[in-house]
Amino acid sequence: MKHTIAILVKDTPGVLARVSSLFNRRMFNIESIAAGHSEKKGITRITIVTQGDENILEQITKQLNKLIDVIRVRDLPKETSVERELALIKVSTKSINQRTEIMQLIEAFRGHIVDIDKQALTIEITGTEEKINAKLKLLESFGILEISRTGKIALSRGDTKILK
Amino acid sequence: MRLSGTEIVVECLKKEKVEVVFGIPGGAIMPLYDTIYKKQYFRHILTKHEQGAAHAADGYARATGKVGVCFATSGPGATNLVTGLANAYLDSIPVVAFTGQVISPLIGTDAFQEVDITGITLPITKNNYLVMDVKNLASTIKEAFYLARTGRPGPVLIDLPKDVQNAKTEFHYPEKSRYSGYNPTIKGNLNQIKKAAKAIQESKKPVIYAGGGIIASNAAKELKNFVDKTNIPVTTTLTGLGSFPENNPLSLGMLGMHGLASANIAINESDLIVALGTRFDDRVTGNIKRFCPKAKYIHVDIDPAEISKNIKINIPIVGDVKYVLSKMNELIEPKKEIEWLTEIAEIKQKNQLEYKRDNILRPQYIIEKLNEITGGEAIIVTDVGQHQMWAAQYYQYLHPRSFITSGGLGTMGFGLPAAIGAQIGCPKKKVICISGDGGFQMNSQELVTAVNNNLPIVTIIMNNGYLGMVRQWQELFFQKRYSSTNLEGSPDFSKLVEVYGGKGIRVTSKDAFDSALKIALSSKQFMLLDCLIPPEENVFPMVSPGEAINKMLGVNQS
Repeated sequence: MKHTIAILVKDTPGVLARVSSLFNRRMFNIESIAAGHSEKKGITRITIVTQGDENILEQITKQLNKLIDVIRVRDLPKETSVERELALIKVSTKSINQRTEIMQLIEAFRGHIVDIDKQALTIEITGTEEKINAKLKLLESFGILEISRTGKIALSRGDTKILK
Repeated sequence: MRLSGTEIVVECLKKEKVEVVFGIPGGAIMPLYDTIYKKQYFRHILTKHEQGAAHAADGYARATGKVGVCFATSGPGATNLVTGLANAYLDSIPVVAFTGQVISPLIGTDAFQEVDITGITLPITKNNYLVMDVKNLASTIKEAFYLARTGRPGPVLIDLPKDVQNAKTEFHYPEKSRYSGYNPTIKGNLNQIKKAAKAIQESKKPVIYAGGGIIASNAAKELKNFVDKTNIPVTTTLTGLGSFPENNPLSLGMLGMHGLASANIAINESDLIVALGTRFDDRVTGNIKRFCPKAKYIHVDIDPAEISKNIKINIPIVGDVKYVLSKMNELIEPKKEIEWLTEIAEIKQKNQLEYKRDNILRPQYIIEKLNEITGGEAIIVTDVGQHQMWAAQYYQYLHPRSFITSGGLGTMGFGLPAAIGAQIGCPKKKVICISGDGGFQMNSQELVTAVNNNLPIVTIIMNNGYLGMVRQWQELFFQKRYSSTNLEGSPDFSKLVEVYGGKGIRVTSKDAFDSALKIALSSKQFMLLDCLIPPEENVFPMVSPGEAINKMLGVNQS
């Protein structure tokens, strides 16, 4: 089963290495990892998507909590959180027709074109992982040159906060 | 007061009441060594290898309960600490290591003697620090000592670039250390404790399984009170030896792979296991799927990650076992399961340790004799292997911190340097290092350290000419193909020690051992007994890997 875990850590050098090395060392898997500033200065929020049953999730949470620089660990269940991922997709465009077709497609699924070139279009899509996957499939036939994905980030719904 | 980085280090160590540091100087840590030379706040023991320094700090910590401290230079000095830190980490021993580092502008350039020691030690330290600004140094040291000794103890490393050692700043040592992400639970949840007390009251065949956590939290007295009240038999792990007096009728001795048959059989029959400061290690449980099929579990540990890690726990209590036990002692009603205790007495009676009591100098005899003569009052330090198991089985441990051994990591070469640390920490105690001819040669350079510091350690080498435990496995599971386990060509260790300036006796018979031991125990100088034992003596009982712990080799099971 997939889990999305939010980890609030002290913004110290090497903290990301500590977190990722723990996953590696204890044979926990990382499907995606995203890190950035949180609402509080000096605290970084890491979002990790991982696989495993309840026991593994419990161990991951406990082992993460043991890291001195880790302040809070929270599992964010799908039903009660908002999840997003951003993808940049570069698609090759060989003809005007093709380009129009892609642009219509993008409008239909609320993407943005962020770069245009004679030979290529770069598209920005945000959404859940599933939504992005579905759109990638649609674009495949045009010839995808490059993809860059951020990995999932998430917040719980409502006014709850991890850091009190 | 403006101080340099190295002056800050020694002032902080003074505040932390550090009495001794083990280490070796080198390029990147020279400023610190210069300052300790000038200040003379504490004793410095020069070991001959940084691994020796780390193990000595570890042995010192185990023997005294204080934080052990070691110094090493950058690069190879730092990497030589690695085994010692891993050893302390796996047995949860408080150690603080300081390493020199190349000057900060050179970090990352593969400079001379540069390694990323915080990266290397990341998974084997409780935490580590690369101090890049001298302003953070004092608070980092405060935090390091606090982390090393509180919660589940462990080693902490501080890496100090040479320019940070020399840089100056205003010195202020913080009184308290509080960190948002670190707040160990000490007291334990009262409802859980009540639940546990109830389960104990209702159980018919309870067994206490006590580990190194009892010793780490100085809870031996609370454990004794608990047992006096509840009459629950106690088995201990290897690192838990000494947490409960083994001359008590309720002591079952050590359990596990080479545990006593009585302990393994008793726990297997149990309906309630009270696990105290321990972590269900594979060497204890054997095949975990078949571990104690009839039992429910209470587990007290300060580390929440140990709860239900290896085995599902029915009543978990996260807390310091000392606090939890004293609370439990208030709540619990006196209890005595006569039938169970009769059964236990029978199990103990039927399953005594056995070996061939003939005229040959056997390792089991050596330990029995040692026990008889010292009356359980010595500090026994071991290396790793067969001799370690014999020392665990045949000596009767009465006090916490009287058995010092590398449990989790199983580090050969630990014995001698750890004995040095223990003897320096406990100058009035008789420290006995029991080693094998294999392990001893992994850190025998520390003979100089021991002799030079006039440490009256008695070292007993159980010399069987083999890497004995590996040979035993080859005999039992590899059809006697003794691949690279013969230690042919080893020196006469009694002569080797004399070259270093100590005293040595080669012992080949029981009588000779008896008299040599008496000489050694009354000696004021370092003494080594090189004891030639039968090459193919095996450690029994033994639970084969993958077996349930009540299925033992070398035991007559009726």
